[in-house]
Amino acid sequence: MATSITARGSDPGSATPDRPHPVPPKDERRQAWRSRLYRWDTKGSPYAFVSPFFLVFAAFGLFPLLYTGWLSLHQVSLYNVDQAKWVGLKNYTDLFTGPPSHFFWNALGNTFTLGILSTVPQLMIAIGLAHLLNYKLRASSFFRTALLAPYATSVAAATLVFALIFSPESGMANWFLGLFGVDPVAWEAGEWTSQLAISLIVTWRWTGYNALIFLAAMQAVPGDLYEAAALDGASRWKQFLHVTVPALRPTILFTVVVSTIGATQLFGEPFLFGGQSGHQGGTAHQYETLGVFMYDQGFRNSMLGRASAIAWTMFALLLLIGLVNALIARRLRKSQ
Amino acid sequence: MTAVHPAAPVRTADQDAQAQAPRRRLRSVRKGAGRQHHAGPLTYAVLVLVALASLFPLYWTLVAASTDAHAVVSTPPPMIPGGNLFKNLSYVWHNAGGRGMGVALLNSTLVAGSVTIGTVSFSLLAGFAFAKLQFPGRGAMMGLVVATLAVPAQLSVVPLFILMKNLGQGNHLSALILPSLVTAFGVFFMRQFLVQALPSELLEAARMDGANSLRVVWHVVVPIARPAMAVLGMLTFVQSWNDFLWPIIAMNGSSNPTVQVALAGLGTGWSTDWSIIMAGALIGTLPLLLVFVLFGKHIVGGITQGAVKG
Repeated sequence: MATSITARGSDPGSATPDRPHPVPPKDERRQAWRSRLYRWDTKGSPYAFVSPFFLVFAAFGLFPLLYTGWLSLHQVSLYNVDQAKWVGLKNYTDLFTGPPSHFFWNALGNTFTLGILSTVPQLMIAIGLAHLLNYKLRASSFFRTALLAPYATSVAAATLVFALIFSPESGMANWFLGLFGVDPVAWEAGEWTSQLAISLIVTWRWTGYNALIFLAAMQAVPGDLYEAAALDGASRWKQFLHVTVPALRPTILFTVVVSTIGATQLFGEPFLFGGQSGHQGGTAHQYETLGVFMYDQGFRNSMLGRASAIAWTMFALLLLIGLVNALIARRLRKSQ
Repeated sequence: MTAVHPAAPVRTADQDAQAQAPRRRLRSVRKGAGRQHHAGPLTYAVLVLVALASLFPLYWTLVAASTDAHAVVSTPPPMIPGGNLFKNLSYVWHNAGGRGMGVALLNSTLVAGSVTIGTVSFSLLAGFAFAKLQFPGRGAMMGLVVATLAVPAQLSVVPLFILMKNLGQGNHLSALILPSLVTAFGVFFMRQFLVQALPSELLEAARMDGANSLRVVWHVVVPIARPAMAVLGMLTFVQSWNDFLWPIIAMNGSSNPTVQVALAGLGTGWSTDWSIIMAGALIGTLPLLLVFVLFGKHIVGGITQGAVKG
């Protein structure tokens, strides 16, 4: 077909729309068949093109979504998945007020604090880095690639390296602090220190990625805005504050949404940070997130119904975050 | 019919610009951005520090992987590679995750490769339909695609586990491939790209010449979408290679793990020989890192490009 497009295209006259198709007028039946085929093709092919997405999504996205909701109303054992026992809302009431509620609220709180600890510094550093990368720079592609390298590292590899760096007796972090006379920190056992260490892993992996997204947005800011600001006597810092940041608002909102969603689902880092005790988020559950809690309840304690209830609670949480974000976005748009 | 230029009927100027989009666009935008300030020494100092912080854990993985069980936890920590690298690599290559890291690498490559091919082709088809074809239900369907963007992975793992168990696919790689064959992000990304990059006149011209839809896709859409396909392909491959939650559930205790599952096994196992664990981490990180060193510039350009569009 390419040849036919090329051949006809190279003769400018042939591409005009009003020229009839080169079909022999005698062969009317064939032409009728062809035009019917053509109509089927134009009508049907859009649906054929979008159907793989919807078929796969229906089977592996929508069906599980609803089935998880259904399972959350049952008691289901990991080893006997076909014998589900209806328990109504018991899984949910258990989570909120029953025996496992202590761990649930703990996990919810940890998800929140870990989310703040990893998202806020990460995005602030990223925006600052993007600002620096936006200068005329030698070796700029080296810096960009170096900043992005952690993004290519997997959760598993990154967490294991940091677990070693933060290991209590002989870890590099404590050795380094010791050089300044600081006593060894219990990075794994402490509540705040372990959460700090885990958020550092998240920050390490994602800051460069976000910096590049900010950089792309910064480069789209029209230059005359800066010129005007400079003429008005605005310093570089004021230009950054009053020109760059407002122009970046949609991008900031986008990265906030994406990292919040990521933080809500945090799983690999806390799961692997504690080694043997990782499946419960540390010896005292001190960094157990909702994601880890769900895994522990479902796939180690064999309570798939309760795990489903946790999953749906996480879903509700994400919807809530999405709603709040939409409200903030609308307000921002109005105020502009 | 202006898009079909006589001299270059298929490769249009638009398309050539798109093919080199990342670099050219950045340069031209920067010229207009009025940010001509040269970076001062302080900027360089900060950037060098951050680059060191980014790269040091990777370098130290290499150092730790080349030591032995005692040296890796000694104080002060080793900063220069030791002599045990190949011994440790060979150990995890043969023993990690049951059948060794080599099998895990092969599995990860198979899974990430299939997922990437599936995601890119299905996203291209659906993205093209949403961007350029008219059909009843288009708006509602696109809304549905966007609505699925934020459905968390946790929602599907329990039923998928049950489903795969019933289908007898537990511990089988297809359990990892099938659910990831499409992503809403991919469809959205392709649509955004094709809305702008694909001139409707070109489609009409191909239609006029009697090309059916598949031929239009193959000979008109694919050549134009190639840069976007490359970006989406790289993003998908990295994501699939690093995927953790579902593989650890579907493949837990499997003798046929992916790299991440094998690594998790090393990290949560009883062995605490960190030099061995770091050798595993090194093997798990190296392939993607190599791709990064080779195509770093394009990946960086791709991510910024994707960010502007998406």
